[in-house]
Amino acid sequence: MHFLRLDAFDWTRTRQEWVGNIRGDLLAGLVVALALIPEAIAFSIIAGVDPKVGLYASFSIAVLIAFTGGRPGMISAATAATAVLMVTLVRDHGLQYLLAATILAGGIQIAAGALKLGNLMRFVSRSVLTGFVNALAILIFMAQLPELIGVTWMTYVLVVAGLAIIYLLPRLTKIIPSPLVCIVVLTGLTLYFGWDVRTVGDMGELPDTLPVFLIPDIPFSFDTLMIILPYSAAVAAVGLLESLLTQQIVDDLTDTPSDRNRECVGQGTANIVTGFLGGMAGCAMIGQSMINVKSGGRGRLSSFAAGVYLLFMILVLGNWIAAIPMPALVAIMIMVAIGTFSWSSVKSLRSHPLSSSIVMVATVAGVILTHNLAIGVMVGVFLSGIFFAWKISRIFEITSVLSTDGRTRTYMVRGQLFFASTEAFTKAFDFKEALDEVTIDLTSAHIWDISSVQAVDLIVLKFRREGMTVNLVGMNQASETLVDRLGEHDKPGAFDRAIGH
Amino acid sequence: MDRIITLIDGSAYSGSACDHAAWVSEKTSFGIDLLHVIDHRPGGRSGPVNLSGNLTLGARSELLEKLTKHDEEGARLARERGRVIIEAAKTHLEGKGLTDIQTKLRNGDLLQAVQDVEEKARVIIIGKRGEHADFAKLHLGSNLERVVRSAHRPVLVTSRAFKEPRRATIAFDTGSSVAKAVDHIAMGKLFAGMEIRLLHVGEATAGLMAAMEAATGKLRKAGYDAAFETLAGEPDAIFTEKSASGEIEFLVMGAYGHSRLRNLIIGSTTTQMIRSCPVPVLLFRPDMNA
Repeated sequence: MHFLRLDAFDWTRTRQEWVGNIRGDLLAGLVVALALIPEAIAFSIIAGVDPKVGLYASFSIAVLIAFTGGRPGMISAATAATAVLMVTLVRDHGLQYLLAATILAGGIQIAAGALKLGNLMRFVSRSVLTGFVNALAILIFMAQLPELIGVTWMTYVLVVAGLAIIYLLPRLTKIIPSPLVCIVVLTGLTLYFGWDVRTVGDMGELPDTLPVFLIPDIPFSFDTLMIILPYSAAVAAVGLLESLLTQQIVDDLTDTPSDRNRECVGQGTANIVTGFLGGMAGCAMIGQSMINVKSGGRGRLSSFAAGVYLLFMILVLGNWIAAIPMPALVAIMIMVAIGTFSWSSVKSLRSHPLSSSIVMVATVAGVILTHNLAIGVMVGVFLSGIFFAWKISRIFEITSVLSTDGRTRTYMVRGQLFFASTEAFTKAFDFKEALDEVTIDLTSAHIWDISSVQAVDLIVLKFRREGMTVNLVGMNQASETLVDRLGEHDKPGAFDRAIGH
Repeated sequence: MDRIITLIDGSAYSGSACDHAAWVSEKTSFGIDLLHVIDHRPGGRSGPVNLSGNLTLGARSELLEKLTKHDEEGARLARERGRVIIEAAKTHLEGKGLTDIQTKLRNGDLLQAVQDVEEKARVIIIGKRGEHADFAKLHLGSNLERVVRSAHRPVLVTSRAFKEPRRATIAFDTGSSVAKAVDHIAMGKLFAGMEIRLLHVGEATAGLMAAMEAATGKLRKAGYDAAFETLAGEPDAIFTEKSASGEIEFLVMGAYGHSRLRNLIIGSTTTQMIRSCPVPVLLFRPDMNA
């Protein structure tokens, strides 16, 4: 029975994750489902598809991730981050290509999980993550603008009324979800007075049956693959980024650890099945996961329940959902944008190191310009890498002593030698000083790459050209860091020898 | 480093676990480690109900602060409670004249805590049921099987009240766990002065009889009053009946020889025996270093 690894499977933990918090999970699942409906509709509208595509996706992803995900208590569904990536695909090629791209994105995510790419998250710094969150909030807000420009004055009144209900009602009672009250009140008023505002029904088809399993109706050719691959890759990357980031947030909120690579595979599985069920790609949702934790959801059951409630409500209440006025949705999405945005990051822009602030702002700018969170994150990671290298390159010092007879000089090199510090390194030597002998002591230096090896060679040659004898001391210890497998601790004490000497 | 690891919680069985530990300590002169693992899962239980479902400015930091505060209070209470439990147990044991007692209060998972301390242990003592088990239904503590499966030392599962046993019965089969148990008894001090009975219920094959005779011989050579017996019938029923009648005072057996999957489907003999026999049970696993 080795291949099943049953003894490795922890029944007690699995049981705890599912039924450890039944009451809290079922209740929180309901709050989440009520909030998922407007979001799924709104994100479908962003992507340019019928609301049912987002609703089916949210149902399917929420239910599947309950089983496959690595983070109990986290909510996944159709999201804004993935929806904005698919706008042009839907516009140019249609829904079927979106479904195919969703399935392919799932495949890429599973591969990423199998390759344990979740561990790469360590290279995404806190500033990049903050930038990601802020950019996401801005994207969600910007997606509401079409509903706010060139509409009747009544729309503005209703949006403001909706926001007032959402933010003021919890001061009176915390038993009823205020977004739900916002929807019910605004829908009731609109129907009663017959106000002229757009409704969800105007935005496209709503689900009237259970989702069915269908293979996307596309030509299975290389051309098709080339059309969807860029979209799938972007969706897969953004989906995993937002999922792993949300996972970190839920880990922090609940002070419990979770499995990143399992989450990658879980997200992929959920997206593949969702594509076949006629849903669009999704990922974990920061706002919804926070609502879930706040409402008392902790286990896998909360996500499962949210998905099931969602499907039940849209099938039973379909006609009523079509009557929801768009201003109610817009108000809720503005709330999500505000709740997602990290306001403290704006306040700390001045107090944080300039490099961190630049990374954060650059990440946001990258996203806003491209509408692609993956590109923003790439910009941020790239910049933080450069800044880091720049800072480390300054941990470097050369001192020297002249012998009493004035014939030999000993240079003592301390610090990190790599591509970014070689120029300063080379400049620190005085080649024009007339000496018989030069000693370069590298015992306290770390040579990290070929650039620095070449720099050392060059310095030796330059001294020789001046007719001096050059002694290199400590080259062996200094170059131990060159070994790429340093981190694997293949020899006991390798790390101490390399870093600590 | 010969220690008796005694796991205690706030349940009725903790007193009996301490009494058993005292008995083992008196006979073997090993010291006692009282271990209480604080049952507090951060974030595991939800805080005050808030179903408002809205997200305000700075929602994340506000929520994090609130949950941290909630956990902080819970953790402090749980720690105070753990300290009371463990101090009470220590006082109880000192009242019996024992001196070599160490107390250990740990956070986190029980299994992890046991693994951290078991290297020094000679035996692990755990009550049959914990705080959360339903006594009326004879449910076993949820942690019992986990501890036994992961431990690398013999585990003594204590009954509700301690009564000094004069006779130990080995539930005999030809498995390696039972062979371990026989060696352990022959070499150890715990069973000194007790009668040892080897009992096999079921088919008495020639191989079994030979193994039983050899085991009995080994025990006799070690100076024990040992005898063996085979009976036909259902093991569960016979062991249960003999335990209830007082004939079996202390049971020694191999534990959890099968995978969890098999146990899930057809049930575990070990679990059944521990549940229905109202006597202390000393469990050995094939991979234990006795």
